[in-house]
Amino acid sequence: MDVIQQAVNAGPILELIYQLKVSDVMTRNPETISIHATMREAQKKMRERGITGLPVLDDSRLVGIVSIGDIIDAFDAGEIDAPVKTYMTTSVVTLEDDMPLSYAITYVNKYQYRRYPVINKTGMLSGIITATDIIKALLVAMNSEFTKLEALAKNDNKPNVNENGILESLQFPTVKYDFEHAGTASTELKNTLKKYGFANTVIRRASIVSYELELNQIIHSDGGYMQYTISNKGVEILARDRGPGIQDIQLALREGFSTANDWIRSIGFGAGLGLPNARKSSDEFSIDSSTRGTLVRAFIFAQLREL
Amino acid sequence: MKIKDIMERFDFEQVVVTNADRTITGGYTSDLLSDVMANAQEGQVLITIQAHKNSIAVATLIGMPAIIICNTRPVPEDMIEAAEKESIALFRTQKNQFEVSGILYQEFMRK
Repeated sequence: MDVIQQAVNAGPILELIYQLKVSDVMTRNPETISIHATMREAQKKMRERGITGLPVLDDSRLVGIVSIGDIIDAFDAGEIDAPVKTYMTTSVVTLEDDMPLSYAITYVNKYQYRRYPVINKTGMLSGIITATDIIKALLVAMNSEFTKLEALAKNDNKPNVNENGILESLQFPTVKYDFEHAGTASTELKNTLKKYGFANTVIRRASIVSYELELNQIIHSDGGYMQYTISNKGVEILARDRGPGIQDIQLALREGFSTANDWIRSIGFGAGLGLPNARKSSDEFSIDSSTRGTLVRAFIFAQLREL
Repeated sequence: MKIKDIMERFDFEQVVVTNADRTITGGYTSDLLSDVMANAQEGQVLITIQAHKNSIAVATLIGMPAIIICNTRPVPEDMIEAAEKESIALFRTQKNQFEVSGILYQEFMRK
């Protein structure tokens, strides 16, 4: 487990664990065993396939997991012909296939089990994931990701700071499902606006707009960046992402409409308030979206106390 | 009312308190962070079950000096660190949001 924890601390890899989903890493269509089978049958299957654990299914529903340890227990008790039901572990910790890989890593560290069955939205078994799967996937993904990051760094062209009236320009990248760093960009914006003495109402409105757009990128986009241009006139907030785009902008702007999934809702997001809030708090607001990416531009007029 | 009054008057568990002299102007109860963002006011205490770092980010942006985590929800280490860094007081209680809101509301109405 230490290997994973160290990998997670290694900077750029952090982004990968939010971009990759459990479904990208798991073994699909894993070997399973019926709840009506015997422990001997389970042992035979494990030996033949060279595996150390089997999810147990009742019809197609996951009801437990049986491991080498359980087989040994059955042998020890002289009950190797007992049904799987008697020896399997029923308190199975599962993952969902659309969770970010970071969840899988947290689980591995938290529960210390070797394998985690993966279920889909309808509660059916869709795969299985082990610590080894995670390490392999991270190694494979690292190469292409570093290349991408390098290309991105080259393309970051910042606007001309010396242009008339511009006080400061700031830019922050956002990463899909990186809730760890959610709000970092907005907090920086807030501090910068404070530094220049903007009125509290302007700071508050800019913070709301920025935070909602930042969170939208983290929840819904494939990543992007938040760009702020602070001038005498006010604050321009540009939220640009790399896709997948908003299908129906009018619908997305309707209060209460959301495409967020359950685990995002469980941490207090995805209530369909984000875009409407952002628009309400802006003086100018526009959205441009295609499958290649979304650009939201918001402007909040300044009421500078003094400059 | 100040943060230290909350410390003295109620039996909330003190997870982090680095700003005991900050003044509290009221409270806002919600588990939807966008709702908090839109409607909570500076100086209010956030009463919620959302025990994670994002609540600290929202409180920081709004200028909320304290968060009370209800239902004894476990508070992760990174949330405690963020609260310390941003000087936001963090309390925890077995009471639910309704009960905590009621207690604080009475306290504010007394004056």
